[in-house]
Amino acid sequence: MLRNILLLSALGLGGFEAGSAQATVHVKSPDVSGTRALQEQTATAAIRNYLQAWEGFKSAFEQNRVDALDRDFIGTAKDKLSATVQQQESLGIRSKYQDKVHDIQIVFYSPDGLSLELIDDVEYNVQLIDHDKAAGSRAVKARYVTVMTPTETKWRVRVFQALPE
Amino acid sequence: MNLRQCVVLGLLVTVGGLGGMAQGMDAAFPKKIEAGTAFSVQLQGSGEGTLYVVGPGQVLKRDVRLGTTVYFQAGSLPNAGHYVAFLTGGDPGTSEFDVVAASKPADLSFLAKPSRLPVSQHDGISGAVYVFDAYHNLVTSQIPVQFQLTNPTGAVQTRSMEARFGTAWVEFDSTPQQGTDKFIASAGDIASTRIVRQVPGDPCAIKMSASAAGPKVQLTTEPVRDCSGNAIPDGTIINFTQTYDGAETTVDVPLKRGIAEVEMPSHAGSTITVASGVVLGNQIRWEK
Repeated sequence: MLRNILLLSALGLGGFEAGSAQATVHVKSPDVSGTRALQEQTATAAIRNYLQAWEGFKSAFEQNRVDALDRDFIGTAKDKLSATVQQQESLGIRSKYQDKVHDIQIVFYSPDGLSLELIDDVEYNVQLIDHDKAAGSRAVKARYVTVMTPTETKWRVRVFQALPE
Repeated sequence: MNLRQCVVLGLLVTVGGLGGMAQGMDAAFPKKIEAGTAFSVQLQGSGEGTLYVVGPGQVLKRDVRLGTTVYFQAGSLPNAGHYVAFLTGGDPGTSEFDVVAASKPADLSFLAKPSRLPVSQHDGISGAVYVFDAYHNLVTSQIPVQFQLTNPTGAVQTRSMEARFGTAWVEFDSTPQQGTDKFIASAGDIASTRIVRQVPGDPCAIKMSASAAGPKVQLTTEPVRDCSGNAIPDGTIINFTQTYDGAETTVDVPLKRGIAEVEMPSHAGSTITVASGVVLGNQIRWEK
């Protein structure tokens, strides 16, 4: 049974800032495959860290700062996003992502507890800036699949990939 | 000239035939391109412009002449994801498309736990696998995944399933035989193997016998085994405890060649017990 919950209050993320505007975040009840019980604290932490990762992602792409990815990304996701930021830098462009809506559901929690996968139906705006000149923008709806793994103090994003419609 | 009408971005040479000719930049832009495949985009109209392809996984920028075909060679867009295309120059336009992972797996991220465990544990062995293509994109189409656990006797446990959102998982019981298990996950032509060591469980029963040895009593266990009959490894500590006249003496002895033996003072009327961890063996009352 899927039940939408307004995450901002449920997860105590009232302070979550999505750039200059706050994104609306909904969380569906987990539809988890796997035998390991997903504790509410675990889910809350993972989703909080995922949303923080969006902040890092946005900063990195808007300012062409690879180091903005360090806190929240690891492995393949970090490698790919870093490469894209470097491409932007070399091409003289920046991309400004503004997330509007997140609709998140955890869909997998591995039996060993060492990875967690979530789906996010996200609405965002992407604005392209070429040498400080706006080159266009577009509102986008996409579904992202994210694999997260626990590190020393938080969950980090290991795979960050949009799914085809 | 209205670029929205005159610019058509279409896949003409998409390997695999994904997508089709677009009739307008936004409305008919090909929806899917397989990661890493060559493709081309037909731009209609005239004049010059710049074509951008923007996504978290990659950005491309090309100076283009409208009315020509722009070719993207294989490997230009290897990263799966959702991309936005921007065309500037004249009347700008945008479109969206997906780059999808190849359906053929090329790599498995396979985590098996634990690497070592006692025999006969229900659902004691777990494995989770993530399926990736050659560009390390998560393959999110429904891919069959097989798991196979082969124990030292050659007995095989097998499970098959479809990966969901690029992942599949399984749990197996550890088998009664100690030794090395081969744990294999496979998808398509790709397989990944992990080794799981099954070690004997706790001793099932410890039985000792006693015999006189001069002024002492010789205590010897039978070969110590777990409940599946596997020999408990040498070095496991066996505790012999003698109680006599209100005093208690304990001697810890490591198993050697499967048995433990020790000499203790011979006190007639003493009680001697044997144990290992929480497993208690038999008790002997020594009367000699």
